[in-house]
Amino acid sequence: MTTVTQTVSPTDKAQNADAHSREFLVFSLGSEEYAVDILKVQEIRGYENVTRIANAPDFIKGVTNLRGVIVPIVDLRIKFHLDNVEYGGQTVVIVVNVGERIVGIVVDGVSDVMTLTPEQIKPAPEFGVTLSSDYLSGLGSLEDRMLVLVDIDKLLTSEEMALVDTVKTK
Amino acid sequence: MDITDFYDTFFEEAEELLSDMERHLLDLDVDDPDPELLNAIFRAAHSIKGGAGTFGFVVLQETTHILENLLDHTRRGELTLRRDIVDTFLEAKDMLHEQMDAYRNGAEPDPVAFERICNTLKQLALDELGKSMGEPTGQAAAAPKPAPKPEPAAETASAEETPVDAGEGDVLRVSLIEVGEKDRQLLVEELGQLGEILSQQGDDKRYEVELTASISAEDIEAVMCFIVEPEQLAIERVAKSASSEAVGTQASAQPEPAVQAVAKQPEEKPTAETPAAKPAKPAESKVPAAKNKASESSSIRVPVDKVDQIINLVGELIITQAMLDQTASEIDGVTHSSLHNGLNLLQRNARDLQEAVMSIRMMPMDYVFSRFPRLVRDLAAKLGKDIELITEGKSTELDKSLIERIIDPLTHLVRNSLDHGIEMPDAREAAGKPRGGKLTLSAQHQGGNILIEVIDDGAGLSRKKILAKAEKNGIAVSDSMSDDDVWQLIFAPGFSTAEQVSDVSGRGVGMDVVKRNIQAMGGHVEIMSREGHGTTTRIVLPLTLAILDGMSIKVGGEVFILPLGAVLESLQPSRDELYSMAGDDLLLKVRDEYLPVIALHHVLDVAEARTDITESIVVIVQGEGRRYALVVDDLVGQQQVVVKNLETNYRKVPGISAATILGDGSVALILDIADLHRLSRRKSTPRSAVTNTPIQEVIPS
Repeated sequence: MTTVTQTVSPTDKAQNADAHSREFLVFSLGSEEYAVDILKVQEIRGYENVTRIANAPDFIKGVTNLRGVIVPIVDLRIKFHLDNVEYGGQTVVIVVNVGERIVGIVVDGVSDVMTLTPEQIKPAPEFGVTLSSDYLSGLGSLEDRMLVLVDIDKLLTSEEMALVDTVKTK
Repeated sequence: MDITDFYDTFFEEAEELLSDMERHLLDLDVDDPDPELLNAIFRAAHSIKGGAGTFGFVVLQETTHILENLLDHTRRGELTLRRDIVDTFLEAKDMLHEQMDAYRNGAEPDPVAFERICNTLKQLALDELGKSMGEPTGQAAAAPKPAPKPEPAAETASAEETPVDAGEGDVLRVSLIEVGEKDRQLLVEELGQLGEILSQQGDDKRYEVELTASISAEDIEAVMCFIVEPEQLAIERVAKSASSEAVGTQASAQPEPAVQAVAKQPEEKPTAETPAAKPAKPAESKVPAAKNKASESSSIRVPVDKVDQIINLVGELIITQAMLDQTASEIDGVTHSSLHNGLNLLQRNARDLQEAVMSIRMMPMDYVFSRFPRLVRDLAAKLGKDIELITEGKSTELDKSLIERIIDPLTHLVRNSLDHGIEMPDAREAAGKPRGGKLTLSAQHQGGNILIEVIDDGAGLSRKKILAKAEKNGIAVSDSMSDDDVWQLIFAPGFSTAEQVSDVSGRGVGMDVVKRNIQAMGGHVEIMSREGHGTTTRIVLPLTLAILDGMSIKVGGEVFILPLGAVLESLQPSRDELYSMAGDDLLLKVRDEYLPVIALHHVLDVAEARTDITESIVVIVQGEGRRYALVVDDLVGQQQVVVKNLETNYRKVPGISAATILGDGSVALILDIADLHRLSRRKSTPRSAVTNTPIQEVIPS
């Protein structure tokens, strides 16, 4: 293990300097910009071959085959009541790891990866009807942009998402 | 290599031996004991003792030792068996199990319990044989004593059995053939522990040791075998004694598990610690070399996760094969006939491979049934009932994961039958039945399912009592309920009609758990009962959870899989076979039977499905004993599908049991026939969903 510390490169040192800053994957829903912790993201793929599930809420689009694993797909645009929900070549699914589960979320597009320092993360305001502030880890302030930082764990395991059997919520 | 590496092997072995011992004890006819059984019991005890001694499990070794002595007297006819003696033996077996569990958890067994069982056994010996047991007789251990390091085991090992097949005072000549210098030293040292060495001479090719042995030739061989191969060893008797058996005549009664292969490994590169690296059975080494070889290859122990990995891979292979099939079906069959032939071959091979792999996981129901004789015997004695246990279909096979999970529910059902089902002997006599009750456990295959039944000839379920109790519990009931519906009530939580709660059962926390467990396994429970004649509880389980024979069907643009086991037939209904009931419910008459019609597209909200039933296909399905007609658009075909759990990443979906991946890579949902029926009752199919023209209103007689 000691050798590892000896081979720290200058860039690594720079990162260590602000060790508390975190990286976020920024995605768009309509005209709004949201972000999730990049460590939660497993992969990004296109929207295809989704099998509908009967009697499920409308924002649960169904399940898809992710290399032999059955993964549910949630459309956050429907969940957040956005207009203009369309599926096309540009529609993107972000596959995230939540606890021991894998869930795909449909978004309008993925823009970039941002590093936010603790100073740039503002507390989420105490309001929100469609998106309760319980599911936010804060607001990211980046010059003139505002990123809504989603606590994806809390959001996807919440009861209202109906993704998890309530009896065995972990 | 550390000796503790072999602990697990020993525990596994010993566990098997203990269950063998129990089974044999239960099989014993007290009045006319089968000598073979007695020998088998004795051997089991002996083997455990040997292993325990090797590993220094002193308490375990001592207990087995005392037990073994008693068993030895029994098999030689010096001790006449009685039921209570067998009970004591069983108790001792339980104690051994406890001690072993303690060792397994790295603890010392309870000394008080140890003392108690020892005293019980010694007392038994004293009473029956009139002499004291467990005194040291000055014999060396049959269990080999690790030569390099004397350990506590050695002390107890000296407290040994009376010589069974030892020729006391014999002079034996042990010849070591082609044994290297280092090993030879070790062996001679070892022999020195076993008897007094009179002379030793020879070279690497052949080295002869003469000794006065206090144990038999077999035992010497058993010890030596951990260092040398059996063929490197020759033992001959030089002087007198007819009592000793010749080496190799005593064949082991049971085929050896692959464990021996593990045990053999250290032999190839003998080190000082090899004598200690001995898993369990000295008895095993008595098997002649030739036999040894043959049985070694007959079975292997493999961790379950390795098998599961193979099963997963084969599952992926099946999916890939289905994918190729689908692609190839779009290619012209005439110009590419060789491709199609190849694919057909692949399909067949893949299927064979899959069946072969699945069979690895299959275990006989005997694994479950074998634990009941003891339970029934103990319980019957406790309850003062006379009960005969009959098991049928022991060789019926079931997936390992299921077989382990069936034990608890089945135990519960058996306890229930014994406690509440079968009456006291007097009550039975009064009812005109034989005093002895009969409990039957049976298992059989039916299609893709296994049926496990617990049948008793007891009092049966009382409709009146159940209804009264249900009413008291606030469950909505009516006198007009069918028997089946009434019996299902006992699965409600907190339900027990037992007049009094016993420590056997009756607390009402049972049947609902049984039902939940069985349902979690993808099965269901049925009850058939006649008051005064007995109760049959039937568990229906799928043979395996991993792969399913399915029928793919199409509704609108969606494909679903029906478990083939649930499909009875399919047909295209004509208008005059349809009847309506209560204005909106639809019935289909199939061969004098009226079946409720459930439209899949309605229950599962599928858009763009056919709405005229006479253009659709009706599949007659059966689930949990209910039969109904499921309306679908088209039948696509039959195929084996790999079952993928939906709940891994999602949740339970009503009407759906699991998912699978189709040849084109898309996901299809597998329908749960019984659940679909429940779902449809909440969401009944209106007539308008399947037809828009009027149909006859009256059900003709």
